[in-house]
Amino acid sequence: MVPLNWYLLLSAAVFFIGVAGFLSRRNIIILFMSIELMLNATNISLVAFSHYLLDMRGQIMVFFIIAVAAAEAVLGLAIIIALFRNKATTNVDEMNIMKG
Amino acid sequence: MGGVIFGYLAGVIILLSILVITVKNPVHSVMFMLLMFFHIAGLYLTLNAEFLAAVQIIVYAGAILVLFLFVILLLNLKDELRMKRTTWSWPLGVAAAGALFIAAFLSLRSFVPGTKGVITTAVIKAETNTKVLGRILFTEYLFPFEVVSLVLLVALIGAIVLAKKRQRS
Amino acid sequence: MNIQLSAMMIMPEIIMTVLALAIVVVDLFVKRKDIVALLSLITAGVVAYATLNGSSGEAFSAMYIADGYSVFFKLVFIISLILTILISVKYIEIEEINLGEYYTLMLFATLGMMVMASAGDIISLYIGLELMALSLYTLAGFMTHNTKSNEAALKYFLLGAFASALLLYGTSLIYGITGTTNLKAIAAYLSVHGVAGNPALMFSLILFIAAFSFKIAAVPFHMWAPDVYEGAPTSVTAFMSVGPKAAGFAAMGRVFLIAFGSLQLNWAAILIPVAILTMAVGNVMALTQTNIKRMLAYSSVAHAGYALMGIIAGGSEGVAGMMNYLMIYAFMNMGAFAVVIMLNTKESKGDQITDYIGLAKSHPFASILMLIFMFSLTGIPPTAGFIGKFYIFMAVVKAGYAWFAAVAVIFSVISAYFYLRIVMLMYMMEPTAELSLSTSTGTGLALLIAALAVISIGVLPSGVISLARAAIAGF
Repeated sequence: MVPLNWYLLLSAAVFFIGVAGFLSRRNIIILFMSIELMLNATNISLVAFSHYLLDMRGQIMVFFIIAVAAAEAVLGLAIIIALFRNKATTNVDEMNIMKG
Repeated sequence: MGGVIFGYLAGVIILLSILVITVKNPVHSVMFMLLMFFHIAGLYLTLNAEFLAAVQIIVYAGAILVLFLFVILLLNLKDELRMKRTTWSWPLGVAAAGALFIAAFLSLRSFVPGTKGVITTAVIKAETNTKVLGRILFTEYLFPFEVVSLVLLVALIGAIVLAKKRQRS
Repeated sequence: MNIQLSAMMIMPEIIMTVLALAIVVVDLFVKRKDIVALLSLITAGVVAYATLNGSSGEAFSAMYIADGYSVFFKLVFIISLILTILISVKYIEIEEINLGEYYTLMLFATLGMMVMASAGDIISLYIGLELMALSLYTLAGFMTHNTKSNEAALKYFLLGAFASALLLYGTSLIYGITGTTNLKAIAAYLSVHGVAGNPALMFSLILFIAAFSFKIAAVPFHMWAPDVYEGAPTSVTAFMSVGPKAAGFAAMGRVFLIAFGSLQLNWAAILIPVAILTMAVGNVMALTQTNIKRMLAYSSVAHAGYALMGIIAGGSEGVAGMMNYLMIYAFMNMGAFAVVIMLNTKESKGDQITDYIGLAKSHPFASILMLIFMFSLTGIPPTAGFIGKFYIFMAVVKAGYAWFAAVAVIFSVISAYFYLRIVMLMYMMEPTAELSLSTSTGTGLALLIAALAVISIGVLPSGVISLARAAIAGF
């Protein structure tokens, strides 16, 4: 059987690739996708824990995370559309009306 | 055998997630992500989570990514391709993420899992994954399950309010 | 599990849900949105009544806890909801965002906070948090024709979702370490096994601290606050600076003092520098602001630092101090925002600090109210702000961090500069331009409630103090 640690390292790798994307890209949609990567990494570790702990609750949590991620995606994309109507850009560097 | 399958899935998942955050064209990003979600579903299968593997494909690949693609195509792709890919502070961001990954690696290396439960593979085989999951979901987790329905409702109301063209009253 | 008993226990949430859904439907047929506002106020009142008269205990397999602690926080949320609705009626008319959804989203956000305050499990905490957050993202971007509001919603959304992801990753590690997500079960496991030999526990603790820092806008994760507070509709800013912050503290109290109670030395070592930096950045950055909404944003960052001291002090004194502080903060900050909203008219936005020059000459009554709220935010007796700070500093001193309290006092003195500058501008300078106020019954009522509360708690603090002490009896 594959050891639990391998799954955890995979999950950590994907999670921090997501963090790196979030901290370095300009395109709002890619930022958003980086967050989805982070959520998926969390799901991987939860399912792995669930399997190795002989407990279903990790999988239940993944179920909730997927449901909320869907809701978040809907709202996030609606916000992007609302912004695009007024501004026609998806570049975070142009989000600078407010300085401080 | 299990090691080989895991090695393949893990390698592809990491490669694809790096591609998702590095390629220039957001449409390509979405496509790589789609492929990655299929591999994650495969990973769930190796962990006895058949129901979640199905949900992963139906919800993530079928709904969320289609929505992403729809919005990207709605926006102006030509401008996207002309602008620079990264913020000026990107080396800092990557370095921070790298440092955090090393911290995670060091702390996860000697991971000690907690109290074991009772849902062994034999139980899942006897009752099927979906049935076990459903029973816990609708007994122990009834309260959050009901609240999630409100989260979806709020997302619905919010999306309509934000995305609908509004006459200025 | 007894479903009937459990359902009785979550009666305040059920009532809120049913009435909020009814308002969604009624809104379709009602042209005048002030009627929707009135219905929302009635809903808030009914929920407050149900909360105060509810039974206590655990429901739904310990997913939900009804105790004094949750009741107290729910009252804070409902107070901020009621005051926000009162100041919104006129404002959203002026800003032409007069939609019924505005009120329903406020109700759902409050419902999410109530679930958070009552969460006995990290999953119900997370779901409540998302219910609150999704409603607030929409509210922040409610002025869809305004680019600033769009940006505010986007920034809030991206950083909020990022923080949620950190929280979830921390939760997944905790689940792996302990095999449970129930707060009390985590506490039981950790008190037996401790941190020894499990560095992953420290890692997940850091993730939790980072995620909650985002939610309460503590340094170094406060950067979103000024931009979001400035861009969002002012009434929403008022709501965001009080309700969700209190909800963040409610959840933090449960997670850190119950689940991680045996690790207090570990997390206090991280939270003390966070709290000091939060007070420093909040108070110092507020000095240079020219926009009053940004100034109040940094001020709210600073106040998160003061309230954080209560959690660090821990124990019944610290928690009571934190709760008490948040209740007082709700009144004084809402009051200050009510005055800011009055300056917003069709002709001028009135969100610059220079707009307050000579206000005392033209509008003496509004000025005296602003003076009270500014004194209270600074912490000058006999206002409520002084009482809040006094009890929280006392708790910190009793917990053995006298130097920490001294640092906080120094930052309070610095804060006097920018709060009292507004008072100075109002009273010491001659008005340069004719200024009109947008008064309404709702705003007047909100100001009356807030001012009365600030003064009466300041003069007779025993009521709120004993309420907070009684509330944590079962914590």
